[in-house]
Amino acid sequence: MSTRLSTGGKYLNRSDQRRFTFNGKQFTGYEGDTLASALLANDQMLMGRSFKYHRPRGVVASGAEEPNALVNLGTGGTFEPNQRATTTELFDGLTATSQNHWPSLEFDIGVANNAMARFFPAGFYYKTFMAPRAAWKHVFEPIVRQSAGLGQVPKDRDADTYEHFYAFYDVVIVGGGVAGLQAALAAGSAGAKVLLMEQTAHLGGRAVIDGGEVDGKPVDAWVADAGETLDAMPNVTVRLRMMGAGVYDHGYVLGYERVRDHDPMAEGPRHRLWRIRTQQIVTATGAIERPLSFAGNDIPGVMLASAVRDYVDGYGVSPGDRTVVVTNNDDAYRTAISLKKAGLEVPVILDARASGGGALADEAKGLGIRVETGKGIAKVKGGKRVTGVAVCAQAGEGAVLEEIACDAVAMSGGWSPVVHLWSHCGGKLFWDEDQAHFRPDPNRPPTSHDGKGFVIPAGSANGPMDLAEVMGDAHAAGLAAAKALGLKSGKAAAPKVAPQPEAAMEPVWLMPQGAGPKLRMKAWLDYQNDVKVSDVRLAAQEGYESVEHTKRYTTLGMATDQGKLSNINGLAVLSDALNQPIPATGTTTFRPPYTPISFGAIAGEARADTFQPLRKTPIHDWHEAQGAFFEPVGHWRRPYCFPRQGETHSDAVNREINQTRKSVGLLDASTLGKIIVKGPDAGRFLDMLYTNMMSTLKPGKCRYGLMCNENGFLIDDGVVARIDEDTFLCHTTTGGAERIHGWMEDWLQCEWWDWKVFTANVTEQFAQIAVVGPNARKVLEKLGGMDVSKDALAFMEWKDGQLGGFDCRAYRISFSGELSYEIAVPASQGRAFWDALLVAGEEFGMMPYGTEALHVMRAEKGFIMIGDETDGTVIPQDLGLNWAISKKKEDFLGKRAQERPHMTDPSRWKLVGLETLDGSVIPDGSYAIAEGTNANGQRNTQGRVTSTYYSPTLEKGIAMGLVLYGPDRMGEVIEFNKVDGSTVAARIVDPVFYDKDGEKQNV
Amino acid sequence: MRRYSAFAIAREAARYHTGWERAWASPEPKKKYDVIIVGAGGHGLATAFYLGKNFGITNVAIIEKGWLGGGNTGRNTTIIRSNYLQDSSAAIYEKARSLYETMSQDLNYNVMFSPRGVMMLAQTEHEVRGYQRTAHANALQGVKTEFIGPERVKELCPIICIDGPRYPVLGALWQERGGTGRHDAVAWGYARACSDMGMDIIQKCEVVGVRSSGGKVVGVDTTKGPIDCDKLGLVVAGNSGALANMAGFRLPMESVALQALVSEPIKPCMDVVVMANTVHGYMSQSDKGEMVIGGGTDGFNNYTQRGSFHHIEETVRALVETFPIISRLKMLRQWGGIVDVTGDRSPVIGKTPLGNCFINAGWGTGGFKAIPGGGWATAELIAKGEPGPLAAEFGMERFIEGRFIDESVAAGVAH
Ligand SMILES: Cc1cc2nc3c(=O)[nH]c(=O)nc-3n(C[C@H](O)[C@H](O)[C@H](O)COP(=O)(O)OP(=O)(O)OC[C@H]3O[C@@H](n4cnc5c(N)ncnc54)[C@H](O)[C@@H]3O)c2cc1C
Repeated sequence: MSTRLSTGGKYLNRSDQRRFTFNGKQFTGYEGDTLASALLANDQMLMGRSFKYHRPRGVVASGAEEPNALVNLGTGGTFEPNQRATTTELFDGLTATSQNHWPSLEFDIGVANNAMARFFPAGFYYKTFMAPRAAWKHVFEPIVRQSAGLGQVPKDRDADTYEHFYAFYDVVIVGGGVAGLQAALAAGSAGAKVLLMEQTAHLGGRAVIDGGEVDGKPVDAWVADAGETLDAMPNVTVRLRMMGAGVYDHGYVLGYERVRDHDPMAEGPRHRLWRIRTQQIVTATGAIERPLSFAGNDIPGVMLASAVRDYVDGYGVSPGDRTVVVTNNDDAYRTAISLKKAGLEVPVILDARASGGGALADEAKGLGIRVETGKGIAKVKGGKRVTGVAVCAQAGEGAVLEEIACDAVAMSGGWSPVVHLWSHCGGKLFWDEDQAHFRPDPNRPPTSHDGKGFVIPAGSANGPMDLAEVMGDAHAAGLAAAKALGLKSGKAAAPKVAPQPEAAMEPVWLMPQGAGPKLRMKAWLDYQNDVKVSDVRLAAQEGYESVEHTKRYTTLGMATDQGKLSNINGLAVLSDALNQPIPATGTTTFRPPYTPISFGAIAGEARADTFQPLRKTPIHDWHEAQGAFFEPVGHWRRPYCFPRQGETHSDAVNREINQTRKSVGLLDASTLGKIIVKGPDAGRFLDMLYTNMMSTLKPGKCRYGLMCNENGFLIDDGVVARIDEDTFLCHTTTGGAERIHGWMEDWLQCEWWDWKVFTANVTEQFAQIAVVGPNARKVLEKLGGMDVSKDALAFMEWKDGQLGGFDCRAYRISFSGELSYEIAVPASQGRAFWDALLVAGEEFGMMPYGTEALHVMRAEKGFIMIGDETDGTVIPQDLGLNWAISKKKEDFLGKRAQERPHMTDPSRWKLVGLETLDGSVIPDGSYAIAEGTNANGQRNTQGRVTSTYYSPTLEKGIAMGLVLYGPDRMGEVIEFNKVDGSTVAARIVDPVFYDKDGEKQNV
Repeated sequence: MRRYSAFAIAREAARYHTGWERAWASPEPKKKYDVIIVGAGGHGLATAFYLGKNFGITNVAIIEKGWLGGGNTGRNTTIIRSNYLQDSSAAIYEKARSLYETMSQDLNYNVMFSPRGVMMLAQTEHEVRGYQRTAHANALQGVKTEFIGPERVKELCPIICIDGPRYPVLGALWQERGGTGRHDAVAWGYARACSDMGMDIIQKCEVVGVRSSGGKVVGVDTTKGPIDCDKLGLVVAGNSGALANMAGFRLPMESVALQALVSEPIKPCMDVVVMANTVHGYMSQSDKGEMVIGGGTDGFNNYTQRGSFHHIEETVRALVETFPIISRLKMLRQWGGIVDVTGDRSPVIGKTPLGNCFINAGWGTGGFKAIPGGGWATAELIAKGEPGPLAAEFGMERFIEGRFIDESVAAGVAH
């Protein structure tokens, strides 16, 4: 059984007991435990079920690479699936449940898949479930889906908050093991601004457990000193519980800080995403131990040798009473020694190497441990827990020499440097024959804008495994980072460590070497996804020879650990099957993040009310208080209408229109884009931007203008006012303000950079209010202060002055067909001016109207609306706006494009008005149908509706549309389609339904 | 070719699966082929397949610089739909969608086409009108779609937040027979079928030059030496510009990174595909349980097959807003592909300035769904030398004439 040892546990604080539950059972642990160590301490080796066969799964590792021990953590708004027990620090009140089983962890029906495993080899689903055709969707897929997935689905909204940090450093060091610490000392003492991040709660990494001496001190004392030294350096920042998640182009690093996962009751954000720009990155990310591939290597109780050591020495937990150690290298002997020293039994060390180990082996033997060389495991016995191993010769086919009872197996297949962060941005690897692993190729680092490398691997992440070599390498890495910044090396010296030579490791990719199909079907590579040696060999046999094909065909390395334990073993098996050296097979691509990071952290503060900036006009609060119904328009909220008690939205819209047309209405037009274009070349510039001539506009006058893109399509419209000789104010659509400002700058900065023009987006500097209707003038006259008579301020003119004591600029422009003034006041005066207008308008029954009334009124008047009549494929000529296209100008944006054959094609659909015969409203988006079908069997069309409304003024449905030869077909009746297959008949009419001669607006 | 079936699996299980044959052969190139297709992505392989199946042309080589299916075909988020706005788009995407319906049976390879339904959310009045327009267009194009209200949206996808504070869901364009497929399987299924017809799929072989004589193509130079051909099809997506350069012409296309990401797997909670264009993101749940997520393209050209983190952030933010329960799920992996984007966001299938050299490209962010239709149309083009009705509008002369097939009209994000 696994249990808590009475002594030991470097990470533990035994005076602080913590209670937690697992599958409803009450357990206790200590501060410093991970959930995995605490579960082991309570003899809970079984922690989950595998993905495909639902096989029982125990913890296999002790850190971020864990593929098995994934749990559902928490409840309600703090529930989280797929949490690794090995990286979950224990806190008081933690609740966890195991995943992917039904009805229970101990008894899982899904394990039937296991019994059928023979019929479910790699890729079996590509070969079956095909008949009958509908069966995949209705029978097979639902079954597959139901048994898939790991953790449960969160039900509630996340109760926590998240935040983003933006940070800038000279050197970012990822990994707070001894290598990271030494690199930080070296770079920091050279004067670099350094950030060192460590994903766990401790500095020191593996060395704290593995031991050794640095500078004459025990390594853990050295780690403590180094931590203090770094803390004292003002230019160095050290953060725990922070993972280097990804390296991106141009020295961009993503840091994922789990601020209070270990202390959920604390205040503040749960996770913090650091977005860092740095000059140099040192990856001191260590190495990960590899499992060995033997039959039954997935049975709970089979663990990585280093993890066993971590549990014994770090957490004071014994994974088993009798642990068999199996290895191809010296390092695993450390585990045997630890176990023995903790008073546990090690019945045998099986060393696959014929020649056995070095000094560590001698030490183990000295402790009385039996060591067998040239031996391996033929098969592990047991179901939900290891009960023993069958021993065989590594060189053979698995003939059993002896069976040894045990309840745990510690395995080591050698170590692979963590090269993920090195590789994210294109760093290349090479195959180190001696240690049988891929490591960073110093000649092919990821490069920055200057073509120079910006990532430096350090310590075990760079290949060396011996402490002395690690420290030397890390020191050099720190100095190299400083040097790349042009700094001189500081006073930090390379630490002194006595080398501890080890006997060479020997690669073992299959145990025993000659294992036949039966054993290979039981030798796991990917524990979570249930990929076995036999699956990889099958992939190779079927021609899925590229490592990417094998990965995808078998799902090797696609589990939540992204192949941290399985990939190298898998590609070694593939190479063997293909009879090619491992480097010829290569690796799959390393992609961020290093381990999964929460979506909450990525989204940061941007959620719910703060999801996107909300833009409000100065009058917004008034609208809200009036109960306006809002619609989002870009980042703005605009009142759609102002419904009164008992009114539907359409009632409200009709009322607003009627009152405006009859007397006077009020519109908050502040969202309208306002861009100042200023400079000696401003006129010339606007002549290029607009299709019409703007340079001839007189100060004091307004002109309606159209803007097209290079392809000739209409992109925006609005009224331009000339303020003075050098200054224009361009109105844009609400949604277009930022886009058009960017468009102007694009041309000014990239093409016409020598023109003397400045632009400024002043949309938010002004509140702009439209006073609209036959009584509009009277309302303004009541306010007084400015002569707003026809003679003093004619249609399409503007004037500065005062109204009711407010400084303002009044424009005589109209988007409704009525007598209309748009009055701009400084934004700070907007609300007060609005209120003043309301008082002045009271006797006329003046009321505000919203965007829908605006739309209907402009449609009644036959004015086009960008986004309705245009959709990015419409040119002004389609809309009968030829009058706004200057014939005199030599050039303007879109001119050349509008001369292309398709643009001048007379069969382009053209703007007309439409009146239904029965008075109904044509549905939005309807098409005018024509006879017959095209070559692809689609019904032919001859036009479409672009705006369609009920007009309260005309008391019937009106519409605008683009119709084939439309302007030449006045009076003709055509059919528009409905989605139910029926049609509605409409007559082609003039698009101006209201006040054709402009008698109302120009008074 | 030995057929795949449940019986075949049972037979093989009895002998430890030692009897399975290679899915496709791995031949050395011959000296000459009737047709060479450059690029063993979905479109290249489908083109070859329909050359054989519809026109009996089987002396064909498909040349791939990496591993087949390793381009965008093996990197995409596998959304299949045909609810396009413009007639010519709807025609080719619907042709493709309908071929997906029977692809598993046609290829005897389970491509897991799953018509689980695709919905495109309308979150502004403007979007509502836009999708209503698409629904009307689709009704005349023979594409079955429907505009549905918010309650129906919630019913089909309970994890959507329809009354979010910023962009409440006002409705959606719903295509019931849209869905997803298994991207690798599409490439592998076609490859197996092509190989079975005697075509040569030559992997790890890069085309480095296009040889011509008298204005007509005569062959290609590759990293495995020169290979002759009568006709050449360029089907290389993000590398189209490079290939066109070799063939001596320029393309109205840019290559940009498009990224996607997946979460860790969870139990099924989402049966449909949801696209939210106002906030810029889309999501579905794979049969493995991962939430599959994608967003927009990077704003700059590149060839690196990796993108910037900023886009990931933007996309995830949008989806946490749309599906609040995913906040505590984790991003497992992000990746990128280089997509070939034209000015009007529609593909190019047509002749090129070089005689007997044809091109299929410009699928941009949304060509997985088009694979069988694109292959069908390109095969017809190559076999007959002239485009058939499906491809007729897609020639690149449209950019000279100004005859765009603009789909951005209908949606901000196109997939
Ligand atoms: C992240 C992402 C998400 C996407 N999501 C979707 C989606 O949900 N739905 C959808 O419909 N579409 C989607 N797409 C788009 C879709 O993936 C592509 O449009 C489609 O796969 C293109 O197929 P293809 O065969 O043209 O190109 P590819 O699959 O890219 O194939 C081109 C092949 O040409 C090869 N090649 C290039 N140069 C040479 C050379 N010189 N010599 C030899 N071979 C060469 C390449 O190696 C590659 O294999 C997405 C794309 C990406 C990147």
